[in-house]
Amino acid sequence: MSSEPALRDGSRDDSRIHDIGYRHYDGERLGRASIRRALFSQSLRGAYGLGRSGRSKVLPMILFAVMCLPAAIIDAVTVYVHLTKLPVEYTRYAIYLQAVIGLYLAAQAPQSVSRDLRFKTVPLYFSRPMERVDYVLAKFGAMAAALFVLTATPLVVLYVGALLAKLSFGTQTAGFGKGLLAAALLSLVLAGIGLVLAAATPRRGFGVAAVIAVLTISYAAVSSVEAIAYSRGNTGAIGWLGLFSPITLIDGVQSWWLGAHSAAVGGYGPPGVVAGIVYLLVALGLIGGSFALLMRRYRKVGLG
Amino acid sequence: MYNATVARLTYRALLGRKRAALLFALPLLLLVISVAVRLLAGADDGTTGDLLGGFALATMVPLIGVIAGTGAIAPEIDDGSIVYLLSKPVRRSVVILTKLLVAMGVSVFFSAIPTFFAGLILDGNSRHLAVAYGVAAAVASLAYSAIFLLLGVVTRHAVVAGLVYALVWESLIGSLVPGARTLSVQQWALASASHIADGGAISAQVGLPVAIVLLVVVTLGATWGAAGKLRRLTLAGEE
Repeated sequence: MSSEPALRDGSRDDSRIHDIGYRHYDGERLGRASIRRALFSQSLRGAYGLGRSGRSKVLPMILFAVMCLPAAIIDAVTVYVHLTKLPVEYTRYAIYLQAVIGLYLAAQAPQSVSRDLRFKTVPLYFSRPMERVDYVLAKFGAMAAALFVLTATPLVVLYVGALLAKLSFGTQTAGFGKGLLAAALLSLVLAGIGLVLAAATPRRGFGVAAVIAVLTISYAAVSSVEAIAYSRGNTGAIGWLGLFSPITLIDGVQSWWLGAHSAAVGGYGPPGVVAGIVYLLVALGLIGGSFALLMRRYRKVGLG
Repeated sequence: MYNATVARLTYRALLGRKRAALLFALPLLLLVISVAVRLLAGADDGTTGDLLGGFALATMVPLIGVIAGTGAIAPEIDDGSIVYLLSKPVRRSVVILTKLLVAMGVSVFFSAIPTFFAGLILDGNSRHLAVAYGVAAAVASLAYSAIFLLLGVVTRHAVVAGLVYALVWESLIGSLVPGARTLSVQQWALASASHIADGGAISAQVGLPVAIVLLVVVTLGATWGAAGKLRRLTLAGEE
């Protein structure tokens, strides 16, 4: 960013277009910020198959539709049956449809990073005036933005439906705001996990399996153990078990911080303020940790 | 019907570094959870059923099936190296059968045996639960391997398609639409498990004869389909 003014002065320190004698280029040189923006928007579009072949649009678009459809149905029911509140909390929506979000992440995170590794295009990126942090920021940001579009659009649909049904404006707006905040946190956490796993391998199929395995296995393990703790009357433990899978982690954060009802068995969220803070810290730690791991991953990306 | 060289190559592809890490991690997690539950909650049949039915059979077995079934052939088709295999004087049905046997062996090894041991750890095979779930996991692994191998030959997005089946169809649709449960590998496996365990310990949605017929039909059908598709395989370019 700092180099942009220098470029306008005609300085060539940032240019990497190699003059091998074919044709002169004396237009404006766009710097790192522009590269970062371009990579971000290309990755975001790519995550929905835009600008790519028709076949690669099918899956993300279907998942997007599946994500929005229940919200539209809920709206219709709310309007025609004259409910006094939405049957689903804004913060609970993503938890219900976590399988769809998981599949989207598993399909699109390897799409975003594995192909660059497999076709050995990463070294080409880095031969431009762009740094490692630019690549990681752009890819991370794009994946999180794509997930946010996926999780926030149905919330917008719900919100519009709630207003059309003439539900209380204040309550709905507050709930919607909390839902968006939770969706943003969820997007960042999941994008980090998905990209770290996907960037570990140039094989797309393997990346897909790894992402989905981590998401579903951790969730299934946590909910089985939670159910056992519940049946043994050990309700205090339920609130802490949620720390061990991404979805239940977000559920814990939003039930403590945003006053949502926990989706854990019996509705037992984090017990107390200390647990709530631990949940939030773990979520932020996951985001920061996955960013650091990605930075480490791309420290050495040779042609090997 | 079995080619030792193809089998060796498939084993090496399946048990390569990263894939093997995932294949080892899943059963290990099951065993760790079992030990933790046994220590915290003590031996209990209900808990054992929850953990083996809800976690091992519903989540771990399909995932291992996806990894082993698609991993046996999909990467080779994906990167085009399958042409070197197909240009050898080996019948394509032999290639499919060999890869299927290897995938079945690997998934039974990584799913049925850990499930059995988890059952032993949880309540020491009381009411034959450990054996029943172990057999169910083995039966399910055989069918999943065949189905996912077929998917691996048919589509480039085999892993995603397999996961959609395993997660969306079996868990989501299966829990909403009762009829869908009849067409679920998991329920067929549970039918055999309920037959082995003591009366009423495990309940299944399908009767044993129906389950066995469907299992055999699906496994053979998927194998035949995969062999037929490989015979007419055309390699598509990168999208």
